[in-house]
Amino acid sequence: MQSVRRLLSGDRRALARTISLIELAGPDAQKALAELYPHTGQAHVVGVTGAPGTGKSTLVNALAKSYRCRDVTVGIVAVDPSSPFSGGALLGDRIRMRDLAGDAGVFIRSMATRGSLGGLARATADVILVLDAAGFQRIVVETVGVGQAEVEIASAAHSVVVVASPGMGDEVQAIKAGVMEIADVFAVNKADREGADHAVMAIKMMQGLAPSPPSSPSSPSAPSERTGDGWQPPVIKTVATRGTGVDEVLQAVEAHAAYLHETHLYGGRERQRVVRELETILRTTLLARLRARLPEERFQDLVAQVAAREVDPYSAVEQLLRAGESL
Amino acid sequence: MSERKIRVLIAKPGLDGHDRGAKVVARALRDAGMEVIYTGIRQTPEMIAEAALQEDVDVVGLSILSGAHMTLCPRVVQLLAQQGMNDVVVLTGGIIPDEDVPALQAAGVRGIFGPGTNTFDIVSFIENQVPDRAGCSE
Repeated sequence: MQSVRRLLSGDRRALARTISLIELAGPDAQKALAELYPHTGQAHVVGVTGAPGTGKSTLVNALAKSYRCRDVTVGIVAVDPSSPFSGGALLGDRIRMRDLAGDAGVFIRSMATRGSLGGLARATADVILVLDAAGFQRIVVETVGVGQAEVEIASAAHSVVVVASPGMGDEVQAIKAGVMEIADVFAVNKADREGADHAVMAIKMMQGLAPSPPSSPSSPSAPSERTGDGWQPPVIKTVATRGTGVDEVLQAVEAHAAYLHETHLYGGRERQRVVRELETILRTTLLARLRARLPEERFQDLVAQVAAREVDPYSAVEQLLRAGESL
Repeated sequence: MSERKIRVLIAKPGLDGHDRGAKVVARALRDAGMEVIYTGIRQTPEMIAEAALQEDVDVVGLSILSGAHMTLCPRVVQLLAQQGMNDVVVLTGGIIPDEDVPALQAAGVRGIFGPGTNTFDIVSFIENQVPDRAGCSE
């Protein structure tokens, strides 16, 4: 594919167009991905997530600036929700990223979640692959940390920064909802506001409630698969608008990256990511194939039967599977 | 496979900070099912062209109330063309005197929408100008 070759040689327009193609999915996207894939696997992927209004975009902006001071190239994927009513989206993360304009070492792409169920994580993962193939050394993925899909995207990253801010009253509630476990670094942003210490304390208390890490966290054999990988997520106070604490966040992310490699956890995470990826693709592909084989009225007929309580949903699925096989 | 969405960049070049019009349009386009990237105020033409490239948009909407439209709009069109983005539809809104309209159109600004424009007119203008992406699922 010509666009892929141009992308690999550093053509930014080809990169942007390829991302659009990948977002659409479909056969052309698959072809492009197949060509790109051998060039991926170089970038360290950093997920940044947290409740709305905590300052994620501003922190990403500051973090990218810090990376650029170290001559590290950065790709940014900023994900915002699509409206469930119109299907449109208002993507405003760039407003906070204006400092990065005019720098060829940065590429920012806004992404709407679009409609497809479960497709979001996959689309984001694919866009990350494109930026990875284009040679960006760090890829930062920003998602609103509410909802399973966003947590899923973030957890696909190698290192996850969870952003909280004081004075939101429920800062810990927000963190508790599934995001606590995926954090490798906590940033308490807007730390010049009242209540920052309280927020830090609250996060540390939550950490204290978790089962303690293995006694010798430095030993590479000790950490298990998922829980207690021995990494204690640092809690860092930041004021992203002024750049305060941002270098510490960067260092924590880099320390985490180094830790993953030293402890050989990196390979484990990659494997987990691939397992999830394959399962997702398999699921959507199988569903699409089955639906394509089954006459629509047959499906709708069963829907009506289940709705009328004539058939239970599990039996309905069994029927669909059998019908799909016999066709 | 997801649906092809019309992508629009809404930007405010120049130094005026009155962004209500830009936000109203951004919101209307979102409600019409488009993906709108809003970049905020005080953007240079270079920043706008760069964002348009990275976001691979079909449309760039410029909101200008400062009177600098005769400088800023043609510059954005020119920069987009330099990047090979000749097909991008450039629109402008804000305070544009009638006598400037022909010159702006000659410079490549395809649609000009002043105060009092119904947002539906902007939506249908865009949908007509970007026909291959409007509402069709590939």
